[in-house]
Amino acid sequence: MSAAHAFLQRLGERADDEPTWVAARRQAGAARFEALGFPTKRDEAWKYTDVRRIAEGEFTLADDAELDEARFAALGMPLDAHRLVFVDGVFSADLSDLTDLPDGVSVEPLTTAMRTNHEAIGGAIGRLAGVDFSPFTALNVALSEEGAVVRIGQGVVVEKPIYVVFASRANESARMSHPRVLVMAGARSQSTVIEHYAGEAGAANFTNVVSEVMLERGAIVDHYKLQEASSEDLHVASIHVEQGRDSRFTSFNLNLGGALVRTDLVTDLNAQGAETNYNGLFFVQGRQHVDNHTLVNHNAPNTFSNENYKGILNDRARGVFNGKVIVKRDSQQIEAYQNNANLLLSDRAEIDTKPELEIYADDVKCSHGATTGQLDEEAVFALRTRGIDEQMARGLLTLAFAGEVMDQVRLPVITERVERAVAGKLPERFNLADLVEVSDALEEA
Amino acid sequence: MLEVKDLHVTVEGSEILKGLNLTVNPGEVHALMGPNGAGKSTLSAVIAGKDGYEVTSGEILFEGKNLLEMEIEERALAGILLGFQYPVEIPGVKNIYLLKAALNAQRVARGEEEIPAPEFMKLVREQLSFMKMDGSFLQRAVNEGFSGGEKKRNEILQMLVLQPKLAMLDEIDSGLDIDAMKVVAEGINSLRNADRAILMVTHYQRLLEHIVPDRVHVLVDGRIVKSGDKELANELEARGYEWVLEESAA
Repeated sequence: MSAAHAFLQRLGERADDEPTWVAARRQAGAARFEALGFPTKRDEAWKYTDVRRIAEGEFTLADDAELDEARFAALGMPLDAHRLVFVDGVFSADLSDLTDLPDGVSVEPLTTAMRTNHEAIGGAIGRLAGVDFSPFTALNVALSEEGAVVRIGQGVVVEKPIYVVFASRANESARMSHPRVLVMAGARSQSTVIEHYAGEAGAANFTNVVSEVMLERGAIVDHYKLQEASSEDLHVASIHVEQGRDSRFTSFNLNLGGALVRTDLVTDLNAQGAETNYNGLFFVQGRQHVDNHTLVNHNAPNTFSNENYKGILNDRARGVFNGKVIVKRDSQQIEAYQNNANLLLSDRAEIDTKPELEIYADDVKCSHGATTGQLDEEAVFALRTRGIDEQMARGLLTLAFAGEVMDQVRLPVITERVERAVAGKLPERFNLADLVEVSDALEEA
Repeated sequence: MLEVKDLHVTVEGSEILKGLNLTVNPGEVHALMGPNGAGKSTLSAVIAGKDGYEVTSGEILFEGKNLLEMEIEERALAGILLGFQYPVEIPGVKNIYLLKAALNAQRVARGEEEIPAPEFMKLVREQLSFMKMDGSFLQRAVNEGFSGGEKKRNEILQMLVLQPKLAMLDEIDSGLDIDAMKVVAEGINSLRNADRAILMVTHYQRLLEHIVPDRVHVLVDGRIVKSGDKELANELEARGYEWVLEESAA
């Protein structure tokens, strides 16, 4: 029995009261996945990332969402937000909080959305990421059942972030989940959506998520993916974005945890004035492996993309960055900038970075670059001569390296989370927001 | 306060300091002069604890404690502060962050509370205006994109905020125009008091017109070959180092 076939055995465990069209979709995903099989290192897109740990793993689908408040509090972020929580892929109504959603906004578990709004959701889901993108999206289609559906009406500005938590428990036997995230941002709407993958110590589950974000004309979406699962967790994610005219999408792909993490991020800029910003940070240690594959398709003229990925690798960790920009013929007057900088904190850490530009138009502004370096030992010495201990000096400089990306983050809770992971507990907030306030007050006085 | 006894230091296998002796007492300002390559900067680097300098014999005592057994940051917390000849740029770390973290590290080491934000800002703003630096310096990354003169002023600013017991200044006058030199010199002079010692390493006598030393030492080939008062600096300015070299060879 092939590894692919073994995974699909789980199909039989699903409830057989599903509508026939859902079953049909599953069958299509299953057939595609079985035909493709798990990727191997012979596949160009998976050259540096070995997924045998997933293929050879034994995972079952969870059927409960039990997680008490205390355990959840240790994982989730204290955010004033509209919250949707999944535990090993299963929706938890108890931990979710959707009490004060503004008019014109709906945030629901996928199963509910499918029941109540079958036509709109059924038509949207899978449109950007169906069975063909990768074996993992096919597997997701075959086995997915739950997820988050966010719909924002025309012109609605959602003040609070929409916070989707995927909690991974330390289970007796490993679980897998194949969640979907669907964000439909209406024209001129504004919202912040957070996907937070958090794991208990010792959790060794497999998450295979597919997210689709659709921005209509003039919509603005800030999308955060904060991945801080345990160092045993396996995580594959595929994020697909489609942008209409004058829309703006900003991605924060922040990877702090996981044993094996692969994220694909794909944006289609389909109409003039669309802008996409990719901010990425990965901080890996031990034997963690993180792989980011990003793609921007400039399908229309006057579109803009800006990408900045920073990697920090310690111990024997390994990182992969592959950033591709494709400018279609006739997509004139576009701008595309891409940068990947990596900091190696150990001699045994490794990064494979590959920026790729494919340009078929002639009136374009594009640039790309990749650098890899170490901490500046002169700067470590200089900080220590000011009484700052070595560990903190290194932490500060490491954090400073991430600064360009973290300065863009507009949620202090997330900044703090990253600061603590990268630099340990600092005696003060790195951005010194309180001091700036005091300073401004003094200036006015 | 500082006692350097028969100090021998090698760098990459070659001996740079060859039996250096120096005693600096509280309240004194010492100037260490000498031709290029004599080992002037080596001494301050060894006192600060920089890597790559091997002490093969001799000792350094600071307030009676064996300095060479202390970590770099422990030396700083004990009250030693080195002003660099080439202050390093630290992109991404704000000046204000460094000042606050450094000051609080000292206070915590002394068992004191961390400084409250308003008090800290008041202190920093006073010293900033004394150094003729505007508030924007605080929000900029340490030394990043600073001119040579701004970097040196920034070093002195750190001294004014941190108030070390022993301030070491390595060629603080290099790269300064006359106006910047005056500001820097004023900053250093304001640090002079009965409890503090200052050790300046300099190639030129020029700086010593602004900061009048109590003692002047001439370092030649890894040893102090002549010491005197401020007049010695004037003599060196007038006659160069040749005569000292000849005298010491004799």
